[in-house]
Amino acid sequence: MKETIIRPTRGWGTPDLRELWDSRDLIRFFVLRDVKVRYRQTFFGAIWAVVPPLFTMIIFTFVFTKVVSVPSEGMPYWAFSLCALTPWSYFVQALPSTANSVVSSVGMVSKVYFPRLVLPVTASLGPLVDLAVAFLFLVIALAFAGILPGPRVIFVIPFTLIAVMTVLGVGSLFAAVNVLYRDVKHVVPLATQLWLFATPVVYPSSMVPESVRPLLGINPMAGVVEGYRWALLGAPADPWALVAVSALSATVILVGALFVFRRIERVFADVI
Amino acid sequence: MTIAIEARNLSKRYLIGEAGAHKSLREALALAGRRFARNALQRDAADDHTALRREFWALRDVSFQVRQGEVVGIIGDNGAGKSTLLKILSRITEPTEGELRFRGRIGSLLEVGTGFHPELTGRDNIFLSGAILGMTRAEIMRRYDEIVAFSEIGDFIDTPVKRYSSGMYMRLAFAVAAHLDVDILLIDEVLAVGDVRFQRKCLSRVDKIAGAGKTIIFVSHNLVAVQSICPRTIWIDHGRIVSDGSSADVVKAFMRVGHLQREGDRVWIDPETAPGNARIRLRRACVQPMTELAPGAPMDTRMPFRIFFEYDNHVPGARLNASLSLVDSDDIVVFSAGPTREVQPQAVASYREECLVPGDLMNDGNYRVTIEIREEGKLVLKCPHILTFDIADSSDFRFGWYGKWQGVVRPMLDWKTTQVPEPKAAE
Repeated sequence: MKETIIRPTRGWGTPDLRELWDSRDLIRFFVLRDVKVRYRQTFFGAIWAVVPPLFTMIIFTFVFTKVVSVPSEGMPYWAFSLCALTPWSYFVQALPSTANSVVSSVGMVSKVYFPRLVLPVTASLGPLVDLAVAFLFLVIALAFAGILPGPRVIFVIPFTLIAVMTVLGVGSLFAAVNVLYRDVKHVVPLATQLWLFATPVVYPSSMVPESVRPLLGINPMAGVVEGYRWALLGAPADPWALVAVSALSATVILVGALFVFRRIERVFADVI
Repeated sequence: MTIAIEARNLSKRYLIGEAGAHKSLREALALAGRRFARNALQRDAADDHTALRREFWALRDVSFQVRQGEVVGIIGDNGAGKSTLLKILSRITEPTEGELRFRGRIGSLLEVGTGFHPELTGRDNIFLSGAILGMTRAEIMRRYDEIVAFSEIGDFIDTPVKRYSSGMYMRLAFAVAAHLDVDILLIDEVLAVGDVRFQRKCLSRVDKIAGAGKTIIFVSHNLVAVQSICPRTIWIDHGRIVSDGSSADVVKAFMRVGHLQREGDRVWIDPETAPGNARIRLRRACVQPMTELAPGAPMDTRMPFRIFFEYDNHVPGARLNASLSLVDSDDIVVFSAGPTREVQPQAVASYREECLVPGDLMNDGNYRVTIEIREEGKLVLKCPHILTFDIADSSDFRFGWYGKWQGVVRPMLDWKTTQVPEPKAAE
């Protein structure tokens, strides 16, 4: 039988990814629960997944073509913005729930032990189901407009991975700090709102001078959004410099967040 | 014998007040600012530390060993540190000091039904709750049928649990937890679920787990249950182990202390401090069992006892009508009693009022006595909660059931079970 030794830990520890991997069944059941519960007793069900990107796109298209004119790299503005709004909606949906994941599970955290990281991981994975539905809608909408996806579309997977890493990184950082200071719940909505303007969702990254454009990628969502456009719209401009910076940035954020999470995690049950 | 659990100097400190759990960042920043200011002024850092934080040791230097297959009870008053110990054992929280080693997997029945989602069906919740408690999908699938059968949910298994009765909900929750495949099981007061029959089933399940060589830590307020399930008991008080040994001895010692803290016999030697007024002054109030008891042993529900009080009457010819009432811990008046004959004028002297309470009437619990003395309906003296005492549970007539006996009183009533002959068909 395996012997477990529990000692007080101090300072910075290493995140236990092994333990997280051993809890993959738990993650699966949590994700299933979230997906099942989200659309239970709703009339429209999974159609709701399409609503946020679609309606935001309609408003943006009106504002940024009729009110002020924003270039969209030769693409119809609606397609240009919908491509970005699809992963962006995932971000907007997943970040707050990841930031809240630990605090909203007070009952479990204070009563049962399981790797706490399961909570933000679950919260960042669950909305991928919505993203899949919204993505399907996006592809169909583009096809109707005569824009058919080429083989590049496969790159949507690594781009989505960057988005998940960003949500998990920023989200678990917020989730841990949220246990100590509930100020976080006021910060998150504001942060996501401002974040929209730091991300080339309504405007193309080509509006930023070329020399500093890769710096835009420090915000990992910039790489995600531009990557989606490149993969789906067949935009000529190569996004790789931007995407590389974004991937690196997302990795740094995630690793840093996991360490902070580990550090705060041990007092979760005491202060939550 | 292999050691299953070894705790060495386990301590858990909580910080209360300022630095404990600040709810807003502002407070934390203010605190950090103050600390910085103090350090800048070259104050003693250690002094600063204690000034800002108040410490509370929920557990202090707790050391014990549990052998594999042992069933150990843990008792103690509320807030003694039992839950903190369980939380450390189940890894919910880390100890502040000390070390804990255990062999194999620990599972807990601390809070059955944790993680149940009301919108999901019984089936979904079995998998969810099982996974939260540490089972893999494969393990749950293997035991799924057993769990469903144990829960007696039947066809409702595909109904959302929000439509379950509370009994069904608890049965399902317990069923999942009871089928955990662990080496060490922590149990906390869960046997109080469901009806008598289901309780017995849970208990026999615990017996079966113990019989299979699993180690069990059983935390309970129910001393009868502890004594009958656990050969060994650890008594914790104020975060420290007071006593660790055979359950009979430890429980007896626990009851003795618990009893002494109650005020079941009060004597006022100095009339100045005695409750009363110019007309009446109390001298003594007492609750006393009629049966001879070992010193310190508590009364139990089967014993008759008497409540009496003595007072000095200072008014000649007063027609005093004394009465008393007894309330339980829920503030329900169990009964009130007074003289059964018309009161006579009393001389200036000492009097004693006595009331006899038969055995097999009171339920177990904590009771308080209030004394009232009236004259012609007008209140002369009222002494609320002048006595408090405990009546312990009796292990008689339990037949394997350990829950709290329902009811304000627990009278021994005549009960007959007879076989009814088959009615003959009319001819």
